[in-house]
Amino acid sequence: MSGRLKERIRAMTGVNVARCYQCGKCSAGCPMAAETTIRPHDVMRFVMQDRLDRFLGDDSIWLCVGCETCTQRCPNECDPAKVTDAVREIVAGLQPDAAPRPLRAFHEAFLRQIEKHGRLGEMGLIMGYKFRSGRLFSDVGAAPGMMSRGKLAFLPKNVKGLDEIRRIFAACRDSGPEAQDAASNAGH
Amino acid sequence: MARIGVFVCHCGENIGRTVDCHAVAEALAQVPGVVHAVDYKYMCSDPGQQLIKAAVAEKGLTGVVVAACSPHMHEKTFRRAVQSVGLNPFLCEMANIREHCSWIHEDRAKATEKAIDLARMMVEKVKRNVALSTVRIPVTRRALVIGGGIAGIQAALDIADGGAEVVLVEKEPSIGGHMSQLSETFPTLDCSQCILTPRMVEVYQHPRIKLLTYSEVEAVEGYIGNFRVTIRKKARGIDESKCNGCGACIKACPNKRIPSEFDCGLGKRTAIYVPFPQAVPNIPVIDRQRCTLHIARSKGKKDACMKCSEACQRGAIDFNQQDTLVTEEVGAIIVATGYQLYSIGRDQPKEYLKGYGEYGYGTIPDVIDGLQFERLASASGPTAGKILRPSDNKEPKTVVFLQCIGSRDPAKGIEYCSKICCMYVAKHAMLYRHKVHDGRVVVFYMDIRAAGKGYDEFTRRAIEEEGAEYIRGRVTRLYRDGDVIKVQGFDTLSGSPITIDADMVVLATAVRPQPGIDALAQKLSVSYDRHGFIVEAHPKLRPVETNTAGVYVAGACQAPRDIPDSVAMASAAASKVLGLFSHEMLEREPTVARVDESVCAGCFHCERVCPYGAIRHKEIKDKTGKVIRVVAEVNPGVCQGCGTCQATCPSKSIELQGFTDAQIFAQINAFVG
Amino acid sequence: MKLGYYPGCSMHGTSREHEESLLAIAKPLGLELAEIEDWSCCGASSAHACNRTLAVALPARNLALAEEQGHDRVIAPCAACYNRLAMATHEVASDPQMAGRVRAVLSRPFANRVKVLNAVEVLRELVPTLKTNVKRPLTGLKVACYYGCLLLRPAEVTGFDDPEDPSSMEEVVRACGAEPVSWRMRVECCGAGLTMARKPSVVRLGRAIISDAMASGADVIVVSCPMCHSNLDFRQQAMGLSRPMPVVYLTQLVGLALGLDSSALGLARHFVSTGGVVPRNAAQEVG
Repeated sequence: MSGRLKERIRAMTGVNVARCYQCGKCSAGCPMAAETTIRPHDVMRFVMQDRLDRFLGDDSIWLCVGCETCTQRCPNECDPAKVTDAVREIVAGLQPDAAPRPLRAFHEAFLRQIEKHGRLGEMGLIMGYKFRSGRLFSDVGAAPGMMSRGKLAFLPKNVKGLDEIRRIFAACRDSGPEAQDAASNAGH
Repeated sequence: MARIGVFVCHCGENIGRTVDCHAVAEALAQVPGVVHAVDYKYMCSDPGQQLIKAAVAEKGLTGVVVAACSPHMHEKTFRRAVQSVGLNPFLCEMANIREHCSWIHEDRAKATEKAIDLARMMVEKVKRNVALSTVRIPVTRRALVIGGGIAGIQAALDIADGGAEVVLVEKEPSIGGHMSQLSETFPTLDCSQCILTPRMVEVYQHPRIKLLTYSEVEAVEGYIGNFRVTIRKKARGIDESKCNGCGACIKACPNKRIPSEFDCGLGKRTAIYVPFPQAVPNIPVIDRQRCTLHIARSKGKKDACMKCSEACQRGAIDFNQQDTLVTEEVGAIIVATGYQLYSIGRDQPKEYLKGYGEYGYGTIPDVIDGLQFERLASASGPTAGKILRPSDNKEPKTVVFLQCIGSRDPAKGIEYCSKICCMYVAKHAMLYRHKVHDGRVVVFYMDIRAAGKGYDEFTRRAIEEEGAEYIRGRVTRLYRDGDVIKVQGFDTLSGSPITIDADMVVLATAVRPQPGIDALAQKLSVSYDRHGFIVEAHPKLRPVETNTAGVYVAGACQAPRDIPDSVAMASAAASKVLGLFSHEMLEREPTVARVDESVCAGCFHCERVCPYGAIRHKEIKDKTGKVIRVVAEVNPGVCQGCGTCQATCPSKSIELQGFTDAQIFAQINAFVG
Repeated sequence: MKLGYYPGCSMHGTSREHEESLLAIAKPLGLELAEIEDWSCCGASSAHACNRTLAVALPARNLALAEEQGHDRVIAPCAACYNRLAMATHEVASDPQMAGRVRAVLSRPFANRVKVLNAVEVLRELVPTLKTNVKRPLTGLKVACYYGCLLLRPAEVTGFDDPEDPSSMEEVVRACGAEPVSWRMRVECCGAGLTMARKPSVVRLGRAIISDAMASGADVIVVSCPMCHSNLDFRQQAMGLSRPMPVVYLTQLVGLALGLDSSALGLARHFVSTGGVVPRNAAQEVG
């Protein structure tokens, strides 16, 4: 879908980024500000300036923990968290491996487990994460402690309504950000 | 027999390009009752007006319709023209074929048709117009000023110096308002009380100013030129005729720990008190909520303490004094009630306002607001002008100022800018640096609004010469960590988070109207917005009037405003009042409602719906003086011609002069018939 | 009180003790929990990170199931699940396009009638019952109530307490006879779902939180979110703190106050020893 970034974001989230007057209160409260180069108010600024390119090749938006502090405190109710969600979706649509490898590995492992079983089994998640991320030996020392405390579920029971779940995944996968917006515009 | 003249204006190209004016004139000439119909390039010009005047004289016209621009533009012009040749001005009307026709359509044929229709409709109306005379009402040449801050003081002095009497009502025990609490004023850093108190004394001594302090407006009746205002003089507990302001009672009062309102809670006062030493009048007040005697009385116990009364050499203490109601007749009212500061607390006075939980809801010690800082800086304040923080009286070495607290924050309920804070924060920064030479000042701002004369230079001085560190960014959170307050902010210009350990934090909180403004505005029938600010008659061209004739507005009660602008506005309001008073009688538009007493049933639905209180009851008596009927009567001085009564009356006994049902229906029939 | 019960994936795995303690205290508090049949994962932070519609559709499936099974109110004790489910109700109610997309992929009708509750607000509602059933008042125990993010933000979705100055957990803690401490990091984020992918971030954030709780005199930190628990408990060893700080679930604290045995409450499953939480507790834990 063509169109400037701020219009796409508005269509996806309802947020008018022109309302952001760059006060920085969101970034002041962001727990990841110490570790990112693009902070919440920068996200709003780049969207406003139609600079999608500034998000490419930068990990920052993937480090958002979803704590919603920025959204809670924004004086103009601009919802930077939601805008960041939408930017991630657009970026992932352009560059499927945009997210940093460990995060991507984690999310993919997580979502594959859900699609396969409907629920999460930690074992499957951890193994999937390790293979995808290449972090074969991280937290290896924790495994015995986890197991002795009964905290690792090995084999999750499959959910009966797996068809529905797989259908949900298929529908969401087939409709990336472009298709979703086209579909929603057609639905008007 | 109607003899109507129709004058169609081209208005240069404005009308002529889209409407065939000549065709309109020709069509109107065919209308029965029209004896003269012409078109001309510019009707409002001198030659144009001459055409009208000549036609009135030569053709003996009984009515005139000018098909041209909006009546808002030139109705007065044409009415004056016909009046000058002896035709009643209310027999001249305009048909708007510009704003309502040529300016909004493109199809020439259709626009011309419409213009013909509009002119024809107006002709039918004017056939039924009657001559009306201007309404004249008497004017009481006394003014009421509500609010004794700098704006109220200035307005009162200007009106009194202009020769009229003034009643100045102030709800606090002393006049002076917030300006009396300030330490220095920007941009000159004049001592605030030094420039204010001479004015206060002038008010007190002025022969034409009646000063009612510790008083409030209770009720307002009447209309422009003729208001009757009831004022409640609250019981001070002091006989003003006996008190000489010696202060012995205050020294004697054992109850010395009451937080002082004048010192914004940072200092203490007694139960019998004068708010500050330079108070005008210098007569104390007994705070009945805190006075031992009055508390005992409220519990049904016998009188206790009475030390003030014992100390008073002149027997001026009167524990039995009651509120009194005073009635004043005035011709004009100026509202100058000023402002209060927004508080960041959890409990808010209005439902749409929120506090700042992220800044501790006002519970963190040493987080204060601008007026509290003024009291610290003031030489007559609780710390004798030394900057000492409230919690431990230590001198803070790092002070952080936060701008835009509440202001420009729609999430908290206030979308507007409070205008004065950028300036007073720069002032505070400089005052602090003058007093604490090794102190550090940090200011978190979003923008700097310094638009007045010398204002930008003032803020630049704070930054360039006085060492204030200005950081552009808002603060997400304040919290106490041991002896310091952690200020978590962001420097947007360099792109880094920044946390400052502050000894004291000063919040530049939003400016709001005084509490109770809604109730006062309702008593005066003036409009106010959702924040309570009084609404001006026109934001550009009528800034000191309200939509209620005779009620004017000055100062921060209309919008956040600094001292020079408040003073200017007060003088402007005063000049409006003096202008009003310059007439023996007041002229009002006669297009007001009139009751046909022969038909009126006396149901008074009209009275119920009238927004201006213009309907009164009139008794119809027979020859013996017995009342046989009560009918409605319109006060032409108050009626604003809105027509609500006409729409409501079930028996069609009340109609607007110049807009009767017969006239309106004639217009409609001219169109559809 | 009868509630639908949405456990979420962690309740049967890494935060098993959260479910254990919740089920243990349900009976004495008169709380009947009916687990939603065939519930599936809410998608947590991963769906949220990757696809907006998935992030709403996965929780919506569970809400639709709850409706079908006759529940008006559902408790989701995991704060993340609670936030995702509540967010889903909010999105479907306020965004007609999203609502259309979601309903198109669900297998059953979805009226969006269910009210989603978290464990803290349910316990707050049960405070009167709790007070009358306390058998072992936790007198002298200083508790730091840690809310984290997802219970409170954004306030227009959660709405059960003040997002900057909440008090529900403290109310429950007081009802247990313990003493909530005043401290500053109550609503700061612990790093949430980054625990595996970015451990140093979580360690940094957790260290600041626990240090503040310690400096405020707390004996124990109480949480109501499995991610918070994991980040503060499982990851505590890497923080280099001067002494260990036990981290327990609010449900576990309530269970102790009700006189239940610590083994019934899963207190042995923590990485940081919880033995000090109730000094007179007979069963000592092995960390």
